Amino acid sequence: MSGQEESMAKCKETAIVLSQEQLGSDIFSMWIQTEKIAKEAVCGQFISVYTKDGGNLLPRPISLCEIEGDRLRIVYRIAGAGTKEFSSYQAGDSIEIMGPLGNGFPLKEKKAFLIGGGIGIPPMLELAKRLNCEKQVILGYRDEQLFLKDAFEPYADVYVATEDGSVGTKGNVIDAIHANELDAQIIYACGPTPMLRALKQYAKDNTMECYISLEEKMACGIGACLACVCKSKDIDEHTHVHNKRICKDGPVFAAEEVEL
Amino acid sequence: MLNTSVNLAGVVLKNPVMTASGTFGSGAEYSEFVDLNRLGAVVTKGVANVPWPGNPTPRIAETTGGMLNAIGLQNPGIDVFVKRDIPFLKQYDTKIIVNVCGKSTEDYLEVVERLADEPVDLLEINISCPNVKEGGITFGQDPKAVEAITKAVKAKAKQPIIMKLSPNVTDITTMAKAAEAGGADVLSLINTLTGMKIDIHRQCFAIANKTGGLSGPAVKPIAVRMVYQVANAVSVPIIGMGGIATAEDAMEFILAGATAVSVGTANFYNPYATVEVAEGIKAYMKQHGCNDINELIGIVK
Repeated sequence: MSGQEESMAKCKETAIVLSQEQLGSDIFSMWIQTEKIAKEAVCGQFISVYTKDGGNLLPRPISLCEIEGDRLRIVYRIAGAGTKEFSSYQAGDSIEIMGPLGNGFPLKEKKAFLIGGGIGIPPMLELAKRLNCEKQVILGYRDEQLFLKDAFEPYADVYVATEDGSVGTKGNVIDAIHANELDAQIIYACGPTPMLRALKQYAKDNTMECYISLEEKMACGIGACLACVCKSKDIDEHTHVHNKRICKDGPVFAAEEVEL
Repeated sequence: MLNTSVNLAGVVLKNPVMTASGTFGSGAEYSEFVDLNRLGAVVTKGVANVPWPGNPTPRIAETTGGMLNAIGLQNPGIDVFVKRDIPFLKQYDTKIIVNVCGKSTEDYLEVVERLADEPVDLLEINISCPNVKEGGITFGQDPKAVEAITKAVKAKAKQPIIMKLSPNVTDITTMAKAAEAGGADVLSLINTLTGMKIDIHRQCFAIANKTGGLSGPAVKPIAVRMVYQVANAVSVPIIGMGGIATAEDAMEFILAGATAVSVGTANFYNPYATVEVAEGIKAYMKQHGCNDINELIGIVK
């Protein structure tokens, strides 16, 4: 992808938790000290996080929220036993991670919308920090628990949509774009599939470039097991069908390239 | 000097550790983590005569101590495989075992014939995938069908053939004997156990295919039992697999009668697992004063 150097070396390492903070009823933020992974990482990539409970085998793929030197930040929602275990880690605890994984966002110098919905918000933060161009951040939340909103403020104008209308525009992120009469040339987005589907259409209607970050249940995280595929317009490089691997070919795709 | 080499139908592996089909691609992704030169063999993901798109997602679900998968044998077909994957593996000093899948006998034979002149050491015939509607397991649950497909493949194959057996049968020794009668050179077992998980929050199946194959440490005792039973029922060598994550796991299979072992699901949570198992087997041998791994095969009676 243009604009970012493709990261090379991935590895699995035992990293150290620097801090754990609760940002919402089920949203947690963790800073992690890594030996190698943070130095290799670019925005839009993710890491696999392994549980210590031997009964939960598979790593949890979690997007990178911030990358600073040899430190990484992940902001995650408790979705099950694995993420619940992660939320119990305290400063000084060890954490098994593999990464950096996936491709990352292309950094283009165009007037941009950075759009995050729910737990798709975290990866937009590092992007907001790295994009050197005019940008507007639009965040979609369920309710007034506006996790990470303040963190975006130094980098861009931030607009909020809430499902319950408690803060900002009542409705979704596209409602917020309309309500605030915003415009841009390029969209970067991560969030629930219905949101990404709507943004893909919005970008098409407005002839904008659009990059979306997808998620799916993963096992290996490195492109071998073929669990996390999505339907693609073009023949994929691996199998020569129409299945791109979200973990390896993504998680960031040009919107017109994938079927949602 | 430790001898870790084992012989599978005339093919000598430097050590008994290989990869379980479908968990390691064709090695390229894992070569960033492990030195493939240190493996006895790489067993590729199943390859068919034409590209297969596989099943809808979600294709996997975690279960306690294991996972369900219903990938549906997504693969690029034999043309791409021969052009891309075999040359990749040939860069390494390891044996190449190609897992062959098909929807009909003709499909299997087409792939087997295409591989005849390729630098492939062994063929593993997948008659036990529980996740495809045609082919796969339909060949593996009836002894007559097992014998027939084995005979048909054996007649065309230039390389020795491994028949991969399903545990989803009443008596796996019946299938093992049928494969041996059909001319199988080696048997590999177990493939995954058909399972199901319900997502109680969404009130639906956890994977789109409804059922999936269970693998991982949860299945290991079943796999060890089946390897033991088959080792006592046939005389061809056995590749044991099912939940192997450590050298200790691998040794259980070898002591139960496996000549070689495959590391599968463990690759997903420890990308270094294959090499760690190979190293751990050497450590076990030293610890037990054993100079030749072959002396340990099947000694627990």
